[in-house]
Amino acid sequence: MKAAHDTYAPSKRWRLPTFGHFATLLGAVIVATAFLVAVFAPYLTPHDPFAQDLNLRLIPPIWMEGSQATHLLGTDQIGRDYLSRLIYGTRISVLIGVLTVVTSGIIGITLGILGGFYGGRIDAVVMFVITCRLSIPLILVALTVVALVGSSLTVVILTLGLLLWERFAVVARTTTMQVRNLDYIAAAQAAGASRAHILLREVLPNIANHLVVVATLEMALAILLEAALSFLGLGVPQPLPSWGLMIAEAKEYMFFSPWVIVAPGVALFILVLGINLLGDGLRDMLRADLRQWRS
Amino acid sequence: MTHAIEVRNVYREFQQRSSLGRARGAVCAVDGVTFSVAAGDVLAVVGESGCGKSTLARLIMGLLPPSSGEILVDGRSLVCVDRRERARLIQPVFQDPFSSLNPRQRVRDIVGLPLASQGDLPKARQSDRVMEMLARVGISTEMAERLPGQLSGGQRQRVAIARALVLHPRIVVCDEPTSALDVSVQAQIINLLAELRRELGLTYLFISHNLAVVEHIATEVAVMYLGRIVEHAPTQDLFRQPMHPYTQALFASVLTPDPALGVPDVALGDAYPDPTNIPSGCRFHPRCPKAFSECPATEPDNIRKDGRLVECLLAVDNQTRADRGDGSVAHFQLDR
Repeated sequence: MKAAHDTYAPSKRWRLPTFGHFATLLGAVIVATAFLVAVFAPYLTPHDPFAQDLNLRLIPPIWMEGSQATHLLGTDQIGRDYLSRLIYGTRISVLIGVLTVVTSGIIGITLGILGGFYGGRIDAVVMFVITCRLSIPLILVALTVVALVGSSLTVVILTLGLLLWERFAVVARTTTMQVRNLDYIAAAQAAGASRAHILLREVLPNIANHLVVVATLEMALAILLEAALSFLGLGVPQPLPSWGLMIAEAKEYMFFSPWVIVAPGVALFILVLGINLLGDGLRDMLRADLRQWRS
Repeated sequence: MTHAIEVRNVYREFQQRSSLGRARGAVCAVDGVTFSVAAGDVLAVVGESGCGKSTLARLIMGLLPPSSGEILVDGRSLVCVDRRERARLIQPVFQDPFSSLNPRQRVRDIVGLPLASQGDLPKARQSDRVMEMLARVGISTEMAERLPGQLSGGQRQRVAIARALVLHPRIVVCDEPTSALDVSVQAQIINLLAELRRELGLTYLFISHNLAVVEHIATEVAVMYLGRIVEHAPTQDLFRQPMHPYTQALFASVLTPDPALGVPDVALGDAYPDPTNIPSGCRFHPRCPKAFSECPATEPDNIRKDGRLVECLLAVDNQTRADRGDGSVAHFQLDR
């Protein structure tokens, strides 16, 4: 009895091949660091990210000639501390990533579960809405909306959240269709459980691991899209230190002060890489998990 | 006395659709079934895969609406009762305890769901009843905190039985409750079900293809073929003297423990029935070893005789045939 229990212990179920394990761990560390940095940004920054000092413009980072010890990553074209702006930029990227995924997740998962569970006409409507969404050019609509409504953090989050739900819907729909026919759904129906209970407590927890993988993909996509919008001047407005905006502002100086464009670019790259590694790892673990269930 | 389960002329069709969503014909999974089960009895439904046993079970549990016909459970029509009342009347035990228990819920929540869904019992009382029922089926208190993945197949099926009985229903539908289990565990589960029935005065609808289990637990047996009940009789009578050729073939197909005897020849041929295209006349005639000229043309009526029912032209006795002016065929074969 004891032994049987031990073989099903979660720690053993989540064992991974070494490289996958390392990559997933790296992704998890990057994402966790980014979240911590975002939450504690005010305590980590050496300077006010908005304070300008025109006497200290474009100071190079600490390892280059002419640097100053107080500005580890130097300053930008109007003398703001670059490290502080980068740290606050993490905050904006993470905020956009999380809120976009929450918004789009709620929309997509609701549609997907309803379509997948009830099938028939409801499913036909859900599929039609998904197809409509897929035929909308994402960047063009985002640009148009932001150009019409005006750019602000809220508008960017809402626009992306209202556009990026289709993968949630597709995955929630197909996984719900698989779960719907299992006996524990029939048992819950026979037990007299309400529809809300069946959808939220019986179906949702059993498709949640698939949705977590989608969430990581969507988060990386949202962060990149925000950077792209900000780079085009239609995302987060100045003087907020969004990474995309920092890259846009830095492009005029990149030949003589390359770090101003390299630093936010590398930050963006690392964060998106970390999220994707974590997503890949979660997907592999999920597969191992499924294999365990089947055996 | 009202019957525990009464099924009146029930049909259930499934539409088959092409990829464009156009109707392409229907499969009649349950095709005009009528029977009743008295309170306290165990009716076993047997038949080969795809004959409509599980559809029948789902209809009786109220998980599927019938296309036509009426199902009364404890004297009440299933259309008229709401989900809470239905849960108090009838509960299922499914075949595969690996899929009938939600892998993300703890045993105590799984067993407590029927109580929680009633919504009128305080939480502490619910918990007491869950623990009581788990103890009754032989699951210890410490296992109540576990996930189904941490239990063995037999333990899972005990949990499923506890969930079915926690509301004290009168009727339990067992859909092949032992066929996914190891042989050693099967007997334990069958004995548990038999004990619980005696103690709690339950009525079982027992779906199975294991004839040994059926003989052990059932008081009556209904044999299904292609959506219809072709023979329905008290267990002892049926096992002593199967009347329908299909029932005879089913009994002949049971493997014997002696390997020297080999695989029994059931003389059914290999024409597996196609449920979308049901044969004319008697639907069993293309496979029937005793078919004669009349079989493809005439649909047999239900013949009632000595408290049993059989749907076969061979069972029409000489007298009836003589009345119809057809004395030529007179086999009323009861031999096995």
